[in-house]
Amino acid sequence: MKVGLFIPCYIDQFYPQVAVATLQLLEKLGLEVDYPLQQTCCGQPMANSGFEAASAGCDALFVQNFAAYDYIVAPSGSCVLHIKEHLHDAKNPEATSHIRNRIYELCEFLTDVVQVKELGVSFPHKVGFHIGCHGQRGLHLAQMSELVAADFSKPGYLLSLVQNIQLIELSRKDECCGFGGTFCVSEAAVSAKMGKDRVQDHVEHGAEYITGTDTSCLMHLEGILRRQKSPVKVVHIAEILNGQYE
Amino acid sequence: MNKADNSVPDHATAAEKFLQDEERVNWHDKALWFNRQKRDISANQIPDWELLRDTASQIKDNVLANLDDYLVQFEQNALQNGIHVHWATDAAEHNQIVLRIVQEHGIGKLVKSKSMLTEECHLNEFLTTHGIDVIDTDLGERIVQLAEEPPSHIVLPSIHKRKEEVGELFHQHLGTEKGASDPAYLTEAARQHLREKFLTADIAITGVNFAIAETGGFVVCTNEGNADMGVHLAKVHIACMGIEKIIPKAEHLGVFLRLLARSATGQPITTYSSHFHRPKTGQEMHLVLVDNGRSAHLGRKDFYNSLKCIRCGACINTCPVYRRSGGHSYHYAISGPIGAILAPNQDMRQYADLPFASTLCGSCSNVCPVKIDIHNQLYQWRQVLTAEGYVPKAKQQGIQVMAKVLSSPTLYRVAGKSGRLMMRLLPGLANNKTLNPWAKQREMPQPPKESFRDWYKKNRHKDE
Repeated sequence: MKVGLFIPCYIDQFYPQVAVATLQLLEKLGLEVDYPLQQTCCGQPMANSGFEAASAGCDALFVQNFAAYDYIVAPSGSCVLHIKEHLHDAKNPEATSHIRNRIYELCEFLTDVVQVKELGVSFPHKVGFHIGCHGQRGLHLAQMSELVAADFSKPGYLLSLVQNIQLIELSRKDECCGFGGTFCVSEAAVSAKMGKDRVQDHVEHGAEYITGTDTSCLMHLEGILRRQKSPVKVVHIAEILNGQYE
Repeated sequence: MNKADNSVPDHATAAEKFLQDEERVNWHDKALWFNRQKRDISANQIPDWELLRDTASQIKDNVLANLDDYLVQFEQNALQNGIHVHWATDAAEHNQIVLRIVQEHGIGKLVKSKSMLTEECHLNEFLTTHGIDVIDTDLGERIVQLAEEPPSHIVLPSIHKRKEEVGELFHQHLGTEKGASDPAYLTEAARQHLREKFLTADIAITGVNFAIAETGGFVVCTNEGNADMGVHLAKVHIACMGIEKIIPKAEHLGVFLRLLARSATGQPITTYSSHFHRPKTGQEMHLVLVDNGRSAHLGRKDFYNSLKCIRCGACINTCPVYRRSGGHSYHYAISGPIGAILAPNQDMRQYADLPFASTLCGSCSNVCPVKIDIHNQLYQWRQVLTAEGYVPKAKQQGIQVMAKVLSSPTLYRVAGKSGRLMMRLLPGLANNKTLNPWAKQREMPQPPKESFRDWYKKNRHKDE
């Protein structure tokens, strides 16, 4: 099984530790993982701004980089959903559809494909889990509070394998954090308020860490926490599952 | 009204203003979230809730696919029942029809229960300029009418007003005690005030929640009984409806009435679900069927299914953006996510900002009782509005640069390096609070020494 590691652009540039944790975690599980060096971005920033057509170059590059892998894995629900729903390359329809079917967000890859049963790691802290909306409502990583349906959570299952972790309950378990891609600057006031409220929910319930499936959400929440000079930290779920968090 | 109006601030600007009073925003958010919670509790009491949503969605699919036939069938049956049926192509024609009926009866005052269609058509303003006194009889509508504001929510028109503000308004207009804000006291005052209006009005206007093709009758849902009070006491009943309000059969009402109030407020059913089939003896009943862009809307394949909307407001209550920006920031008769996908059908230029007033979190689509894919339509509208050129030039240029950088591995690396370098060296610039909208309320991410790619090349010995 050859796994292509897709590292979203903002993780590559600003949160390399999340990518390192993802890579190490997959390697520890015995997978052959390769990081194609020519990769950039999934194209979502353009497409969500209404410029889907402008993401054609990104799409073609993505197909070039990842067509050869059995699975493509990324530590981001949002970027994975974007590829799944919107990757287009008229010149390579087969490769495109292969990628769309074979791309996985890290947690769902671990639960559904690798079928991880133990991790052997510990994280002795009070942790709040913020699930990114695209991972949850788009990829169905966890049940959505709006639906009348049986509860489940793939990231929640993985966190349950971590020793000594204390997961806190939130008042609003799946409220959006307000990042929203370019929304975070085009609607900066609403975005920041949503982030503040999301942070508050975690703080009120005693979180020492906020973890999540998407670094984009966490970057936004971290920006607010640091502005508030809060001692609460953000940590990507890959860092907890990898057990090397410092 | 459908012309681009530069004096109306866009959503982001209006939202920023709304957010200046954070304590009020917290209260607004909680009030609406409370409604969302009531909806959840109520939905969870019905094990087949998701099946009910599917069923409603499919009935509406059938309606939209056969709308022409159902409308003709409905008209025939309504005419047979003795209802006067009128057709209006647009808002102006709708308003003219209503005015003509009012003037033919030589009446200067009428009562009106809640109707989002008449809000969409700006009927109140139109009738007022023709000297007609229009009294909204829904309590929330009456409050915003006295405040000379549009409703901020389709089900809870004055949800943005606190009880103290309502007290002040009633003190000015209804003579309640200065400083009184007890809801029971204020409601009683409104009740007495409206009772006098009901008793003296000769025309009652109502909206229509569901019009049944097979019977030619229609159903109006209220919690206050104000539609009934108006209609029972008036000589003339005018009901106004968008052409998408049709359902095929009376038996389908069971599906929609179970969904409507649960989705809206968590009630099992609205207090009053009033069935109107024919005028009572001595009364005239008119029905105005309004297109106002709906036929064109029906022809848009990515967007037509938003015509399924039954106006429950669930998407509005759950929307994290709406709760923190207020209904007026949407500058359209219908606010929130559903308003943001309906409004561009009316006027792309004027409402080009609305589909961008969302994080695309998808909660709206999940609560929608008729399963409109609201967040997908928001995404799709962005593509259309951009292609049609309704997006600011500066944004367009910025995106083109971004696209160029992100589609070239070389440019991406250079830009990434310089970006990280700049952020490391010039935190003052990156954190400039006026130039960088991110940094106004958030710190920028702390730039690492190296990118993951650099780390990978070093640690996994990979050559290019």
